[in-house]
Amino acid sequence: MTVLAVLLLAVGTYAFRVAGPFLRDRITLSDRVRELMSTAATVLLVALVATASLTKSAHFAGWALPVGVAVGGLAAWRKAPFVLVVVLAAATTAGLRLAGVA
Amino acid sequence: MRSIWRTLDAALLRDVLAIAAGAAVNGASFGAITVASGSPWWMPVLMSVVIFAGGAQFMAVGIVAAGGSPAAAVLAGLVLNVRHLPFGLALGDLLGRSWFGRLVGSHLLVDETVAFALAQRDPVRARTAYWACGATLFVAWNAGDLAGALVGQSIGDPGAFGLDAAFPAALLALVLPSLRDSATLRAAVLGAVVALVATPFVPAGVPVLLALVGLLALRLPVPAVRR
Repeated sequence: MTVLAVLLLAVGTYAFRVAGPFLRDRITLSDRVRELMSTAATVLLVALVATASLTKSAHFAGWALPVGVAVGGLAAWRKAPFVLVVVLAAATTAGLRLAGVA
Repeated sequence: MRSIWRTLDAALLRDVLAIAAGAAVNGASFGAITVASGSPWWMPVLMSVVIFAGGAQFMAVGIVAAGGSPAAAVLAGLVLNVRHLPFGLALGDLLGRSWFGRLVGSHLLVDETVAFALAQRDPVRARTAYWACGATLFVAWNAGDLAGALVGQSIGDPGAFGLDAAFPAALLALVLPSLRDSATLRAAVLGAVVALVATPFVPAGVPVLLALVGLLALRLPVPAVRR
């Protein structure tokens, strides 16, 4: 890694981050578009959940990971406290790996 | 600002700390991996402070460690981070009108802060959640990273602790309430399928962006369900 590369990545990432809040100021959005933006954020987050639980380096991640996430998701759906959701997911995946499931 | 912290209740703080604990351990593994790949101890620390995007940091270090050029690492990291633009558009109002708030708040825009803010019902709580989660994550990620860079190899593989499952599970728990709206659910499911199908064929980061195709589901005529 070089310092120049780090700084370029930092500046570019910050530009993506700061663009939204400042663009919002310049344009007036209808309620409909506002709602669409919020739905878009949810769609992005769900896609992150799907790819982060099922894939690793563009391949299937193995069963331990998605099963752990599913257990956490089920707990969240049954209104378990957030901390329990996170711990259950990690513990399930760790346990499966310990038992030899990839 | 004081009104923001007054709405920070124990439940929200506990949830934020749960995420931060995971981020600290992940940060430690990032510091250790980066130093192990031949960088000086301050390199991962610099990266975590100025980039503050875990996925892009791991990817950039991984590419260079595998013999790729720093330019390729920058490009891949940037592609992975394009999603922050639509996130910022969705949450822009939350950062308020002041320049300070927007300039500093923007740096704290990460997947977790977005999810925490979206999960709150009223705007004041959303602001609190955003700042509390962002500030706590920033401290935890950087502290973990520094510790990992200094202590180095003695930190094991975070995969053994199942930490890679904690991140998606936390995001899932945070978006679940939004998915109760059937139109949002349809868009999200279509988007996730598109992202998964695209994953083997396009660079990392692009599948998640392609998921925005799922928004087309909002336009599809849906037959009324008879009960």
